[in-house]
Amino acid sequence: MEYRPELTQQQILCCSCGTTIPPNPTNMCINCIRNQVDITEGIPKHATICFCRNCERYLQPPMLWVACQLESRELLALCLKKLKGLNKVRLVDAGFIWTEPHSKRIKLKLTIQKEVFTSTILQQIFEVEFVVSHQQCDDCAKVMAQNTWKAMVQVRQKVDHKRTFLYLEQLIIKHSAHKDTINIKECKDGIDFYYGSRSHALKMVEFLTAITPLKSKASEQLISTDIHSGTSNYKFSYSVELVPICKDDLICLPPKVAKAMGNISPLVICYRIGNSIHVMDVNTLAVAEISTQTYWRTPFQALASVKQLQEYYVLDVEPCGPVRGKYVLADIQVARSGDFGRNDTTFFARSHLGGILNPGDSVMGYDIASSNFNNDAFDGLHRGSLPDVILIKKAYPAHRKRNKGRNWELRQLQKEEEEMAPRKQDQERIEQDYEMFLRDLEEDPELRATINLYKSDKAKKEADHAMTEDESDYEEEDFPEVQLDELLDNLKLDDGPDGEFEDDDEDMMMD
Amino acid sequence: MLTNSYCLVAIGGSENFYSVFEAELKDVIPIVHTSIAGTRIIGRLCVGNRHGLLVPSTTTDQELQHLRNSLPDSVAIQRVEERLSALGNVIACNDYVALVHPDIDRETEEIIADVLKVEVFRQTIAHNVLVGSYCALSNQGGLVHPQTSIQDQDELSTLLQVPLVAGTVNRGSDVIGAGLLVNDWCAFAGLDTTSTELSVIESIFRLQDNGPSAIVEDMRDSLVDSMV
Repeated sequence: MEYRPELTQQQILCCSCGTTIPPNPTNMCINCIRNQVDITEGIPKHATICFCRNCERYLQPPMLWVACQLESRELLALCLKKLKGLNKVRLVDAGFIWTEPHSKRIKLKLTIQKEVFTSTILQQIFEVEFVVSHQQCDDCAKVMAQNTWKAMVQVRQKVDHKRTFLYLEQLIIKHSAHKDTINIKECKDGIDFYYGSRSHALKMVEFLTAITPLKSKASEQLISTDIHSGTSNYKFSYSVELVPICKDDLICLPPKVAKAMGNISPLVICYRIGNSIHVMDVNTLAVAEISTQTYWRTPFQALASVKQLQEYYVLDVEPCGPVRGKYVLADIQVARSGDFGRNDTTFFARSHLGGILNPGDSVMGYDIASSNFNNDAFDGLHRGSLPDVILIKKAYPAHRKRNKGRNWELRQLQKEEEEMAPRKQDQERIEQDYEMFLRDLEEDPELRATINLYKSDKAKKEADHAMTEDESDYEEEDFPEVQLDELLDNLKLDDGPDGEFEDDDEDMMMD
Repeated sequence: MLTNSYCLVAIGGSENFYSVFEAELKDVIPIVHTSIAGTRIIGRLCVGNRHGLLVPSTTTDQELQHLRNSLPDSVAIQRVEERLSALGNVIACNDYVALVHPDIDRETEEIIADVLKVEVFRQTIAHNVLVGSYCALSNQGGLVHPQTSIQDQDELSTLLQVPLVAGTVNRGSDVIGAGLLVNDWCAFAGLDTTSTELSVIESIFRLQDNGPSAIVEDMRDSLVDSMV
């Protein structure tokens, strides 16, 4: 059996107070060491951190404002940076002590180590209290004081409807391109975006350039200049003009442009607006792409736009053969919906919609034969060779009649209106434009895919209500319904609080 | 350097400082002002007890002569040819036993035994080889390094035949030898030494055994001793 010496800890008396302690490098008891040296000396026990109530960010000196949650790692880092003496000690542990969120106090519990005498490391736990004081950050101050913009982006489109801007608004929301704006103002033919710095405005212009054909022009106004330091203060304005051509517009290309586009027929429709203008000749399904540069070299106006569309009734569809993507060339016999019961006038139209039209459907189209266009390029065309009707898109009147409510909705930017309140007919027009835009979204899944739709509770109830009222069970079968999985949950922040609180009360009672 | 029969102090310090020793010891034992090898670090360089004094080989003849002249004739003085020349650091002794550095020369060991008339033990104190630095011994007791384990204290105590205690001087300093001079009836401790430390020193070296119980016990011990 092995001999194991019995190890008992020897004890000595603390050299200053005389209590019995195991020996340590200072030969002093912990309390006496604490009495002699305070390792937290030089570390402030109270500090103040600044918080912007508006944007809920904390000031990280000297200039940075950072958003962080209560009790988050970022806030901890920010608080620790506030403590000056921490670099002289070793920080072992740091954590939050819970405080009431509204108390404007943040408490930290820190564990630090420091060498006090030779080879004696003392560890101490102590608390630091931070007072959260309110201070408005520069960004918020700029937003609050409205006229402090540095740069402005004026987006304009000279057309008689707002569809483009409604779509643009949704795109901006989807991509959060508006997050740096300090103000958005709606004005005639467009929207103004105001920014605190030039780079944000440039970013917006670049964003717009990426999604739509436009022409932009920068200009600057000298506000003040300091000849001693050579610094000047400018306000920058970016005038962005969008191409006044929209999807589904009828266009008569100037002869030169038409020649340049592979001798395409001058009378074309715009079937898509992307980074450039995509046009199609409905008689041949020939397509062409007009780039922004090409367009602005020889600008042209749309011959007719969606407002001039008329509803037709499809009598017969006869495919001709050529197919391009989803477009199928067909000879279609149509009659004006308005002519029913009055005359038997029918029209033949060669159209790209052969794939989706069936006899009995409704379709929207431009009436060329009875329209009067005031357009030089159009006047140059040979009248006899023109079609009577150019069909543009399928219509769903029965569906419209039946489903009045929508189970989805869109978000909107917070815009400042023009100074003058719109007149009553203008108001109606705006609402009509919005309704048209919503219909476009409903009928075009591709368009929908580019933006965010949100679930709507209110509209759904209305829709259910409408369903019970309506007896007609006829409906277009191929209506591109908005599916539930396309919708995002709507997070409502500005809802009336009353309703929510009532719900809460009920829940509590049930508990 | 303090023993029961003489005290060595350095040359060149303030007289005020040396007057403390003179006030306490002048009437009892000789106080010798000297240097060792031209230096003032007397206590660390030499070692001695009632019977003798050992000085390092670097001690000059003049110094040796001065010591010889000043000390009583009963005290033997010997110069030691030892590689570990700071004899005060490597040897700790009272009048009967000496603890020495484990690596000290065998010849030196013999000289120690002859001159100081002690039993010599090669020992360490709390794993420190510098036994002279980390303990202070008298014929009454001993103070050792604070980290000395109970087992080591017991072992050393058995060798020395005196009680030992672990303690500190100079407000927690563990270099006992540098902060404490002790003989059988008095002790000098560094200025920083706290009252707690002083009370430990007094009790282990039996310096203030004036209480009635202590006298009774002492007297009984001596009475019993003499009767036997």
